[in-house]
Amino acid sequence: MTASHYRRNALIFVLILSLFTVLVSALSAGAGSDVIATSFIKTLGKTLCLALVAIAMDLIWGYAGILSLGHFAFFALGGYMIGMWLMYERTKDIVTQSLNQATIPPTDQEIIDGIGTQIFGVVGSNEFPVIWMFADSLIAQALLVILVPALLAYLFGWFAFRSRVTGVYLSILTQAFTLALSLYLFQNESGLRGNNGLSGLQNLPYVDANQDLVSLWFFWASAVALGLGYLGASYVVSGKFGSVMRAIRDNEARVRFLGYKVETYKLAVFVGTAIIAAIAGALYYPQAGIVNPAEMAPIASIYLAVWVAIGGRGRLYGSVIGAIIVSLLSTWFTGGQAPDLSFGVFTLKWVDWWQVLLGVSFVLVTLYAPKGIGGLFDLLSRRGPSS
Amino acid sequence: MMCSGEGLLASPINEVLGAHRDTILKSSRKSIGPAITALAESGLRSAEVTLEIWRDKDMWYRASDDKFYRVEGDDVFDLASGQRIATFVKDEYKQIKPNSGVRAIISSALVGFHLNSTDRDKRLAAIKSIQRNPKPEYLLTLKASIAEESDAYLLDIKSQLLQILTIQYGTTPQNRIAAIEAVSRSLSLDIRAALNPILATELRLGDAIPEGANLVRILTPGTDGFPVKTAYDMLVKQKLATPIPTKAEVLTALEDNIDAARVGDVPVAQLFDPEKRLEAYEVLQKQGLAPKRPSEAEVLSAVNSYIFYEQYLEENAAVTEAAKKALRSIETKVNLFRTVDLGLDALSLASIYFLAAIGLAITFGVMGVINMAHGEFIMMGAYTGYVIQQIIPDHTISIIVAVPVAFVVTFGAGVAMERLVIRWLYNRPLETLLATFGISIALQQIAKNIFGTQARPLTSPEWLGGSWVINDVVSISYIRIAIFAMALLFFAVFLFIIKRSRLGLETRAVTQNPAMASAMGINPDRVNMLTFGLGSGVAGIAGVAIGLFAKVTSEMGNDYIVQSFMSVVVGGVGNIWGALAGATLVGFMQKGIEWFNPSNTLAAQTYMILFVIIFIQFRPRGIIALKGRAAGD
Repeated sequence: MTASHYRRNALIFVLILSLFTVLVSALSAGAGSDVIATSFIKTLGKTLCLALVAIAMDLIWGYAGILSLGHFAFFALGGYMIGMWLMYERTKDIVTQSLNQATIPPTDQEIIDGIGTQIFGVVGSNEFPVIWMFADSLIAQALLVILVPALLAYLFGWFAFRSRVTGVYLSILTQAFTLALSLYLFQNESGLRGNNGLSGLQNLPYVDANQDLVSLWFFWASAVALGLGYLGASYVVSGKFGSVMRAIRDNEARVRFLGYKVETYKLAVFVGTAIIAAIAGALYYPQAGIVNPAEMAPIASIYLAVWVAIGGRGRLYGSVIGAIIVSLLSTWFTGGQAPDLSFGVFTLKWVDWWQVLLGVSFVLVTLYAPKGIGGLFDLLSRRGPSS
Repeated sequence: MMCSGEGLLASPINEVLGAHRDTILKSSRKSIGPAITALAESGLRSAEVTLEIWRDKDMWYRASDDKFYRVEGDDVFDLASGQRIATFVKDEYKQIKPNSGVRAIISSALVGFHLNSTDRDKRLAAIKSIQRNPKPEYLLTLKASIAEESDAYLLDIKSQLLQILTIQYGTTPQNRIAAIEAVSRSLSLDIRAALNPILATELRLGDAIPEGANLVRILTPGTDGFPVKTAYDMLVKQKLATPIPTKAEVLTALEDNIDAARVGDVPVAQLFDPEKRLEAYEVLQKQGLAPKRPSEAEVLSAVNSYIFYEQYLEENAAVTEAAKKALRSIETKVNLFRTVDLGLDALSLASIYFLAAIGLAITFGVMGVINMAHGEFIMMGAYTGYVIQQIIPDHTISIIVAVPVAFVVTFGAGVAMERLVIRWLYNRPLETLLATFGISIALQQIAKNIFGTQARPLTSPEWLGGSWVINDVVSISYIRIAIFAMALLFFAVFLFIIKRSRLGLETRAVTQNPAMASAMGINPDRVNMLTFGLGSGVAGIAGVAIGLFAKVTSEMGNDYIVQSFMSVVVGGVGNIWGALAGATLVGFMQKGIEWFNPSNTLAAQTYMILFVIIFIQFRPRGIIALKGRAAGD
């Protein structure tokens, strides 16, 4: 695929995304219409974030050939980082209000103690761990959304790529890394409320707007992030850097012999995609309202790979389509909205059987349609991608 | 006449009872002591029986001859000889009714008798009763009874009990020290429990240290983890100082004295500042509106005018010293055995991981196929065991049947999976990973649909229950021993199959060079199918074993899949020895980390995984790496 193709695809994508955003906004409760419920706006906003993390997954797997089973951990970490600020500020708001009703104004220490008790009461503590030292500052936490996952990805990637761990070994290693992180966060001592996670994130502190409006803002933010992410990813893969990535995927040793620093490229892709995943997570979890360690269980990262595989890896729009279709279908089937199928003696309940269908269809896609849904576009345009 | 005549004779037991007639008839817990002691120490054979009769409320008093008798139904018996002497006439006799307090004293007196009873169960019961409720008065009786004890086991526990009693109630410090030194090699929990109270300490304060006090140390407030605040609180508790008002009390005092939005001349709006609060409180205090708040200097000078010290409750320094020494030596020994116990735990965890990983060592290690559904094969084996237990109720037979059936079921599933999915993906390992993952989630959900989310039990046979107790510190359950034996057996069998059998030879040939193997007349398809089936079948048997001690749920595979992969990767891909080494390392690592932080197994797993990630840096090919061509890439 040439650079002009990428440019054309990106243009079409941004156009469709803009149209979609405008259409949904116009029909939303936030705009005074009641065609699309607020809860569905949230679902759509979340889906856009999932599409963004799918782009990151496609970059690292589809283009650079590294099957990372750890990118959902970065996604959840992003959620944690922004969640700390959201939870701190909202609790501070509530605590200050309640303490201000007392006859004597509270001291700063009393307010902080009150927030600590509110947030850490569930894990039997009332003191702020060191990692919460920046929780009062939006700018600092927003920076941490990027810095923490980037640093973790850098450390892990540096270790892993340096020792030339590749292929399935790397996948298993990333999976172990994710498991370690989630087990760590499950502990109360981790300072992030153990298995309770951070909650109440859907409320924007100091903003006097109802959820109809807030969810619309987040939907827009997600759409903008997805658009920018797509354009950025498109720019990267269409240039020289993208060519090297694909070359590493296809024959790593040859690229190394040609004098490229393969490890540096891999590390750059790994860290960069971790940052994209973290940003997507930072937008996703305020819409979900809660983030807990179960979110980063290894299985979540594997689902991410499933979306990209079903959508068609190695093409950016494929991953977006895969993420949107599979996650929306999942919501529909597991939410109990899908009608049950009755076969006389046996009634097929989708809530129970959707996972089976997903698993089997995944096997089928891997076996018979390695290009995924994206392959359909090739059939339509009668032109195979040269990537 | 003969019978009643004997009753009229003054028996020695009745003399003893007669001497305490009034207290016995009064039957009060406070005054009865001497009567019971006299009876117990009379040295009469019939004393034990009499005490039992008394306790059971069968003792009656006849005023006409001032004697005590046993009455049962319509008959009256002599206490000592047990011979019937008269017919019961209600008006002539008065029943002795000991209340529960008196009965308790009688019972404890009886313990001494029971220690020498001819009935072994009675002796054991008496020992248990002393263990539960040790008293100084048992010391001599117990000592006397040891000389006559014939049962080796009872002699053992009696001697130990004597040591414990001597430690606690020994008459001279020398006696106690000797007893303490004698037990310093024991590991028993009871001994440790007896030694610890001797070392109990108490914080005290005073103007000077009392003469001859058994001191632990002198505390300087503000150091040694003994903050000034604690010292001052002690003073307050003994009413030697005025309490410091708490923050809440200060706040209440301020709130109570708000006057036109000002407290003690400070505007209320400024009270968010802690300094201002104290300032306002100072004013209130001067006006006498709030209790005094001692300044820091006052607190310090109050604390410094006393001496704080920690003292043993036990007065004799030599005894505490000996107890300390004994506990230290016991501690060393206990730690040694704890290490042994930990080693056994680690060994059993390692064998579980090995069982879970051995199938993987074949499919992943030898064939190079990543099977993410391996955990689900373990789950399938466990559920097979569960279903068979529903059909065959006898636990022993059902387990014996379950093992081959589980093998057959998972072997079939493995062969089907290999034929339908994996053989199309031999050159695309990443896709194998994803496809088998799809199978894994489908199998998990199917199991959930069939068996529900609730955990199903897989009951082990009776003879595998319980555990092998070596001493108070080291013990291991039989089921873990069985799993260890099973792991060893599997290891031997697989080593044999891979190294010595035709299938093993063909497997290795196909793995190293499929084209060449094919040219030599080996059918790679068939070999791959059988090898994969074998690996899966082993996972099924491992599932039965794991199901015996872990809960059988549809998600149980998740608990083992990562550890299994890590065992194989750490150990070295491509041979069974590697899986053994890997499982051992992973198992011992995990237990070792748990040892440092026993309350937190989650942390242990986290650090173990981090360790593995770092380990891979230094030995990317595992502990036992294949060399040369076999290593492939």
